Amino acid sequence: MKQRTIADLSNLPTYGFGAQSPMWWGTLAFISLEATGFALAVGTYFYLEFVASGWPIAAPAPDLGAGTLVLILLVASVLPNHLTDRWAKNQELRKTRLGLLLMSIFGLLPLIIRIWEFRALHVSWDQNAYGSILWLLLGLHTFHLLTDLGDTLVLTALMFTRHGRSGRRFSDVSDNAFYWDFVVASWVVLYLVIYIFPRWSA
Amino acid sequence: MSVLKSSPIYDLRDTGLTDSALDRFLTETWKTPSGLYGWLATVDHKIIGRRYIITAFFFFILAGLSAAAMRLQLAVPDNKLIGPDLYNQLFTMHGTTMMFLFAVPIMEAFAVYLVPLMIGTRNIAFPRLNAFSYWVYLLGGLMIWIAFALNSGADAGWFSYVPLAGPEYGIGKRSDFWAQMITFTEVAGLAVAVEIIATVFKQRAPGMTLDRIPIFVWSMLIMAFVVLFAMPAVMMASTMLILDRLVGTQFFNPAEGGDALLWQHLFWFFGHPEVYIIFIPATGFVSAILPTFVRRPMFGHLAIVMSLISIGILSFGLWVHHMFATGLPQMGESFFTASSMMIAIPSGLQIFCWIATIWAGRPIFKTPFLFVLGFIVTFVIGGLTGVMVASVPLDLQVHDTYFVVAHFHYVLVGGAVFPLLGAVHYWYPKVTGRMMSETMGRWTFGLVFIGFNATFFPMHLLGLRGMPRRIYTYPAASEWGTTNLLVSAASLLIIAGLVIFFFNIVLSLFRGESAGSNPWNAPTLEWAMQSPPPPYNFLRIPAVSHREPLWFDGSVLNVVCGLRVDTRELLTSTVADAVPELREPSVRNSIWPFLSALAVGAAFLASIFTPWAVVWGGVPIAIGLIGWFWPKGDPEDKE
Repeated sequence: MKQRTIADLSNLPTYGFGAQSPMWWGTLAFISLEATGFALAVGTYFYLEFVASGWPIAAPAPDLGAGTLVLILLVASVLPNHLTDRWAKNQELRKTRLGLLLMSIFGLLPLIIRIWEFRALHVSWDQNAYGSILWLLLGLHTFHLLTDLGDTLVLTALMFTRHGRSGRRFSDVSDNAFYWDFVVASWVVLYLVIYIFPRWSA
Repeated sequence: MSVLKSSPIYDLRDTGLTDSALDRFLTETWKTPSGLYGWLATVDHKIIGRRYIITAFFFFILAGLSAAAMRLQLAVPDNKLIGPDLYNQLFTMHGTTMMFLFAVPIMEAFAVYLVPLMIGTRNIAFPRLNAFSYWVYLLGGLMIWIAFALNSGADAGWFSYVPLAGPEYGIGKRSDFWAQMITFTEVAGLAVAVEIIATVFKQRAPGMTLDRIPIFVWSMLIMAFVVLFAMPAVMMASTMLILDRLVGTQFFNPAEGGDALLWQHLFWFFGHPEVYIIFIPATGFVSAILPTFVRRPMFGHLAIVMSLISIGILSFGLWVHHMFATGLPQMGESFFTASSMMIAIPSGLQIFCWIATIWAGRPIFKTPFLFVLGFIVTFVIGGLTGVMVASVPLDLQVHDTYFVVAHFHYVLVGGAVFPLLGAVHYWYPKVTGRMMSETMGRWTFGLVFIGFNATFFPMHLLGLRGMPRRIYTYPAASEWGTTNLLVSAASLLIIAGLVIFFFNIVLSLFRGESAGSNPWNAPTLEWAMQSPPPPYNFLRIPAVSHREPLWFDGSVLNVVCGLRVDTRELLTSTVADAVPELREPSVRNSIWPFLSALAVGAAFLASIFTPWAVVWGGVPIAIGLIGWFWPKGDPEDKE
């Protein structure tokens, strides 16, 4: 087929941020499917609560301490996360590196505290269905914390190499920050389900 | 201050290059190297799409042979050919394979191959994820079939109900293999869904506004969204099942606060949209094939797109109609009866649009069009029995009988396999550069259409006469023998038709007429380049100003220039109006997706035997993923 050139797009940029970048849409799609997974797990929790004669089943409500500490840490991390996002969008390499280091720490701390969270549930995964869904919810979120921490650590290392001097890497940092918001938001919901609901329903 | 402003960039653009020079540069940049490494490392959406299609047809043959074995066993009463245990495995493998390893993957595979061509781009979004998804899918399919060969085939039905599949009754590792196969295929399915969404949203050719997206692409986009929100349910359910079986969780154990119906809710929350994950792309095939063979644009383009979106949304409100026999509250059942009937409205609207298009057109009765006609007839019958079983009293009578088997084969084979076979005949010339034999195509259609109806229509009657599904034999006194013999004999016609189909595919590769770029004089962009398409798809990125660019934009294709040719670069555009936004780099070939898939596969497989595999398996997976994402100093990484 004959071709007729109607526009020269040589001057278009080669990377963009947010909705300009296909990776942002990919991240949003992954967030959507993972949020669906969380929603279904939470739905399962309430389904089991609905069919149970009492809730929680054969266990006291989980202790608040460790879970609340994780909540505080995660909510507090929103600030450095958004600063990192802004620095990345401004393509400020030193500040972005600093932000990523901070976010690595904010990723690591909740994971350490989580060890005590599992202990504070007062129920084992194989004791009854309440225990099973609690461990599943916490396990799911821990998996998200772990994978995002892994991503952040690799990205941090990357930004300290020569590869960090690339616009695409800044865009990656921004998408990583976007995903972290999802990890935080999902914990706010799960915290209410795991810790507050049993007290409220009692 | 930006650290980038000062970095000089030397590159080579397509601007001003002659066609032959451009072809040389682009081929060098986008090609897949020959040899084993190239074979494992390719990220070309066409090669991966083709692989997906061939693999899905391979599983289709295995599932078909399972069905043939079952029909052999059921041909006469009191048959001793196949025992109950093997029979259970056969119907489970048949259903599981058809749904998870054939139907969904092949629909996504067509999207992987065709969507980038139809929207005018050079590769799918996230090409390495695409390669990864194929390997994971292949490994999952091989795993469950090797398990079957070792007498560990899943045996609790394709929906694997608990407690039959649970720790108490599900013997050995059979249900574990089933549950992990779900993990494999859903990881692959979800990955492709994400790719399709990002590709359609961001990589459309300049000018391809939402209003100008081909209906086929719309159907794949909507399918991808349904996958996105449905598949997590079955992953969640199968994870709970395997946890119940391996580490003693109590999700489905009523004695410890669990609930067996929870499985059914989670499974069917996925399982019903699953039907539409298969059906929506099939309607996309129909809406792509029809205009070409009736020589006019689709009647009611907007109505069809809206119908597809409605079907996608409504498909999430029907799942309980699979559970009418479980004693749920009547009020709830009534709601699901209403919603089940409601989805007939957008489906019916589409059918009227297709009929109107044919009515107003000048039909050319080639094989793809014959399959479309066969589809319309068969799907209407399947849809009507669907409305029947949406009614609770009728459903209770025919639940778990051959009536239901007949119904869903009409919907799935009539509604999806017929359009699929039409689609293969339609796009084969594009994929291979050669035409399929029209004579053999007509024989395929005739045998499959007659064989299908003669096989499955009598099953309605068997069901109404009380024959339950999933029984390995039946007594002579039931008087079901003659009809069953007829059904089994008729299934030979389907097999004969499919043998001709596969023979046609293979023979045409060598003897088929040369196809040229657009043998059907079709209107969409995939027919703009030579057949088979070059590694880079489009010499220059097209710019469209009409829904049917090859019909209405004249004999000259409008294009844009300015893209790099010394490295992989494509164009991204705004979501609604497709205004060019970025010259986006596209990744090169890489072995890491394959290695990562091996690591993921090993971890999934080992986790059937020890939960610690998830922990230790994480190490090679992490290495694989770091290798995958770590920049290799390619020119595009420097920007």
